[in-house]
Amino acid sequence: MENDEIIFLQEKAKEIRRGIIEQVYKAQSGHPGGSLSVADILTVLYFKEMNIDEKRPKWEERDRLVLSKGHCSPALYSCLANKGYFEKEELQTFRKIESKLQGHPDMNKVPGVDMTSGSLGQGLSVANGMAISAKLDDKNYRVYCILGDGEIEEGQIWEAAMASNKYKLDNLCVIVDNNNLQIDGTIEEVMSSYPIDEKFRSFGFQVINIDGHDIDEIIKAFDVAKNVKEKPTCIIAKTTKGKGISFMQNQVGWHGKAPNEEQYKKAMEELGDEIYESRK
Amino acid sequence: MKVENKATRESYGEALLELGKVNKDVVVLDADLAGATKTDIFAKEFSNRFFDMGIAEANMMSTAAGFATCGKIPYASTFAVFAAGRAYDQIRNSICYPNLNVKICATHCGVTVGEDGATHQMIEDLALMRTLPNMTVISTSDDIQTKWAVREISKIKGPVYLRLARMKTPVVYENDTIFEVGKAMQIGDGTDATIFATGVTVAEAIKAKEILSQQGILVRVIDMHTIKPLDKDIIIKCAKDTKKLISIEDHNIIGGLGSAISEVLTTECPTKLIRMGINDTFGKSGKAEELMKYFKITAEDIVKVILNS
Repeated sequence: MENDEIIFLQEKAKEIRRGIIEQVYKAQSGHPGGSLSVADILTVLYFKEMNIDEKRPKWEERDRLVLSKGHCSPALYSCLANKGYFEKEELQTFRKIESKLQGHPDMNKVPGVDMTSGSLGQGLSVANGMAISAKLDDKNYRVYCILGDGEIEEGQIWEAAMASNKYKLDNLCVIVDNNNLQIDGTIEEVMSSYPIDEKFRSFGFQVINIDGHDIDEIIKAFDVAKNVKEKPTCIIAKTTKGKGISFMQNQVGWHGKAPNEEQYKKAMEELGDEIYESRK
Repeated sequence: MKVENKATRESYGEALLELGKVNKDVVVLDADLAGATKTDIFAKEFSNRFFDMGIAEANMMSTAAGFATCGKIPYASTFAVFAAGRAYDQIRNSICYPNLNVKICATHCGVTVGEDGATHQMIEDLALMRTLPNMTVISTSDDIQTKWAVREISKIKGPVYLRLARMKTPVVYENDTIFEVGKAMQIGDGTDATIFATGVTVAEAIKAKEILSQQGILVRVIDMHTIKPLDKDIIIKCAKDTKKLISIEDHNIIGGLGSAISEVLTTECPTKLIRMGINDTFGKSGKAEELMKYFKITAEDIVKVILNS
């Protein structure tokens, strides 16, 4: 049974990845690398972990998610469309003038987006505000916040981390998508944020290190986080930028580049083949 | 004009307490300046709804945004230079773009901050805040108006920037005065000149009006408490009805009240406007009253300009 669930989520993650490639290819613009690295984490959140209702996107009791690394909107949009917040066909309109699917997530346009993001470094502060609100109102919802490993170079993240600790936000779960690449190179080359785990630990977080592509490990980490009391949790997810597409994996050049027709076909083929493999 | 002097930051602190009593959704954030911004008055009564975010203004603004997404009405306070300046990007991207219901109440605006000097004297905030889509910008002139504004902005669904001062200024209005967002207050109906003022310069403009009336020159004062949306009608009316137009503000003459009025005049009824304010230079240390004289934003300076123009 558990195994079936993992296979279901693995397949769902491939569907999410196909949605990412579709959007970026159609728009000929967008950020595939980081979207693919965070795809498994978002899949587990939207298809297992979060207490949400796609029919009631503004439901007050729902769990919240802040995609602080907002440029990975294709991953979020793909999850929301597959979950049923809006029609999958709308993914074809990504980054077009009339589309609700703007380059970076807009909470007033897209059902299911809990916070507008795009300017890096601000999401953890917003998530804190949500988590404190839950405590003020005696509500049980949880708040998830996804950060990039390059994004945490922003000083505001650490201002916010101090506040998560001060207010003992055990209803907050931060996930760092540690794909080790940012636009200008590797994290170490540009401005090392390492050791990420020790930093968050010293800021008062419960820290969990996982393989961010292992569905089972992701699920277990969220389970641990839910039972942590009196302090926030930070899951450091080791990931691969461009995960799932052979020629994009670990290639810094695929941070913000769209595939051409040939690359698009190859990418979709790789994702489709994998689905076929797992069904056998 | 009553003789009582009071800083609008004090009126803010008192009004916030009253608002907290009747509106349970109101939460207050500060950045280690609660004693100076006067949010400590609220904090004493409602410690569970008061959040001291430490010396981290960027974090405070985005946290306020998070509160707003959950139905709270956050009032976030710090000095104007740290609100509109340091946390500009957070205000832009986390508050204004998503049109979140955050009230940024910034004290210590302008050179009248006094002795702290240029680093703490915010003279660009009106320019920065009024260019943000979705933002309402209010700059109050006295105790009565400030208390009204603190209540009134809680009813506006969206971001508001409320500009408050450190310097004590005369109480201009009667207790029962009726104000409206976007509707300027007219004091007097002289036709020799119009003095547009906002914040601490309103009392100076009224003094100038009185001095001039003794010389037989009759002017009117327009208290532009709302910088955005600007009361275009009154600007056009004064341009047509009065002989001279003057604006005066404790703000850079670039981008503030004078600029906003000029924008209306150029498109609606081209008229000369003399803009008084800080002439594109940073402030200085000194007593607030001395600085007003130094930067030529007193009643006497207004009188001179009107007599000599």
